[in-house]
Amino acid sequence: MDAIAKNHSLSFSLLSEHNTNKGISILRVVNLTKRFDDLTILENFNLTVSPNGFTVLIGPSGCGKSTLFDLLTGVVPKDNGAITWNQHRVDHVGRNAAYMQQKDLLLPWFSLLENAMLPARIGKADRVKSEIKARGLFERLGLAGFENYRPDKVSGGMRQRCALVRTLMFEYDLVLLDEPLSALDAITRYSLQSLLLLLQSDFGKSILMITHDIEEALLLADELIVLTSAPMRIRRRFTLASPKPRRMNDPFLIDLKEHVLELLQEDL
Amino acid sequence: MKYPAVFSMAAILLFLFLWEGACRYYQVQDFILPVPSRILTVAITRSALLAPHAGVTALEVLVGILISLAVAVPLAILMFAHPSVEKALSPFLIASQAVPVFAIAPLLVVWLGYGMASKVLMAAVIIFFPITVNLLQGFKSCDREYRVLFKLMGADFWQSLRLLLWPWALPHFFAGLKVGVAVATIGAVIGEWVGAQKGLGFLMIQFNARLQTDLVFAAILWLSLMGIILWFIVGWLENKIVRWKFENKIPEKDRN
Repeated sequence: MDAIAKNHSLSFSLLSEHNTNKGISILRVVNLTKRFDDLTILENFNLTVSPNGFTVLIGPSGCGKSTLFDLLTGVVPKDNGAITWNQHRVDHVGRNAAYMQQKDLLLPWFSLLENAMLPARIGKADRVKSEIKARGLFERLGLAGFENYRPDKVSGGMRQRCALVRTLMFEYDLVLLDEPLSALDAITRYSLQSLLLLLQSDFGKSILMITHDIEEALLLADELIVLTSAPMRIRRRFTLASPKPRRMNDPFLIDLKEHVLELLQEDL
Repeated sequence: MKYPAVFSMAAILLFLFLWEGACRYYQVQDFILPVPSRILTVAITRSALLAPHAGVTALEVLVGILISLAVAVPLAILMFAHPSVEKALSPFLIASQAVPVFAIAPLLVVWLGYGMASKVLMAAVIIFFPITVNLLQGFKSCDREYRVLFKLMGADFWQSLRLLLWPWALPHFFAGLKVGVAVATIGAVIGEWVGAQKGLGFLMIQFNARLQTDLVFAAILWLSLMGIILWFIVGWLENKIVRWKFENKIPEKDRN
């Protein structure tokens, strides 16, 4: 354990792997393995997401984070390992998790409201009820008045908010976020980070997020996992106990940022 | 009016002016090459003769387009849903393009007679290929991420087709249709040349035999107008239906 981590063991603690696997989990991944031909992307990868927890994965680009999400959602079949959903073995959690990525993936021929209501429409949910829910979320996320705008008429930040509403329209407990804010400028990103916190605090979701923005990770995470690349392994876990919303001027976070940066650079 | 339109209008006028001037200067006889002003006059004064035949040709083309659509759209969907069907059918599709359709015009007249049926089929066969291929290409061009999103939403094939793939492919479909309608007229006319009792192509053969060259040109003018009108109708439909593609957008840089 290195010096910085020791100094601030009050605000964050380094945990060994078996510690985090204790307790209840909503999602648990054990010995997940995936190879593409000769290239090993994941080997015996373990991960636990606790209910209503905010877990952030950070690692060098191309380390296999997105493959992990593809395996979790069942888009790509896994070679080996087990995925447990609420203590039940499953092939994937594609029917239990909402997924949001860097691209908003809004359909240009639908209005923002129609886009947000797609999960309900495809799931043949009650139209009136889901529209009430969607309009409420539009209000909540600062999109009120833009329901009938088409995506190409609004800003990137608003598009991503709309994608967030769509994500919330899935009635799922787990939300997978794959660099959801990385295409946005700094100011927009900052305001949307607080909305991501709402997912956890107000909507009771469990969140697993990929990012390569260290500050974003530190501001949002309950558990921060630093990854190595090829094959992807867990380099270190940090539990961040300080209350949210956080600010980057917190000296602990500043130290931790340095520390995570060092860890990531060692891997280059 | 935008500048490019001004330039193209000027170029066309210049061309017509040179044509007129050259014919008059060299005293070219009317039955060899009539002057544009005469063609225009004949096209208007003889419209009572031309119009009914133009109507027949237009009907052949329109019915041809509709038949083509009725076959091409389901086929493109089938080929997209089942790649094995695509593999099985693609040699036929390519062959239908490689064999000059005009070469089978005489056969179609033998099989389907001198009436409209053979011309309708000519037009249909010609449009069929660009529509099918473009629509299939349109379906295939849909980004993987969107298809994954629909899969995660639990969408079945028909939901994906209706909400995602069909609108996604529409611009490709219209590109194919535009190419199609432009050549469909040619198909119908060639069908009429080979054997017919009505239609602009039939008229052209008659006029040609009597060296009424000005009337031949007048018929060509009517045909071109028909092609242009069809093209604009398709363009107008495209603008109406694929609205998200054409309306003013916020520039990419000002999106954030």
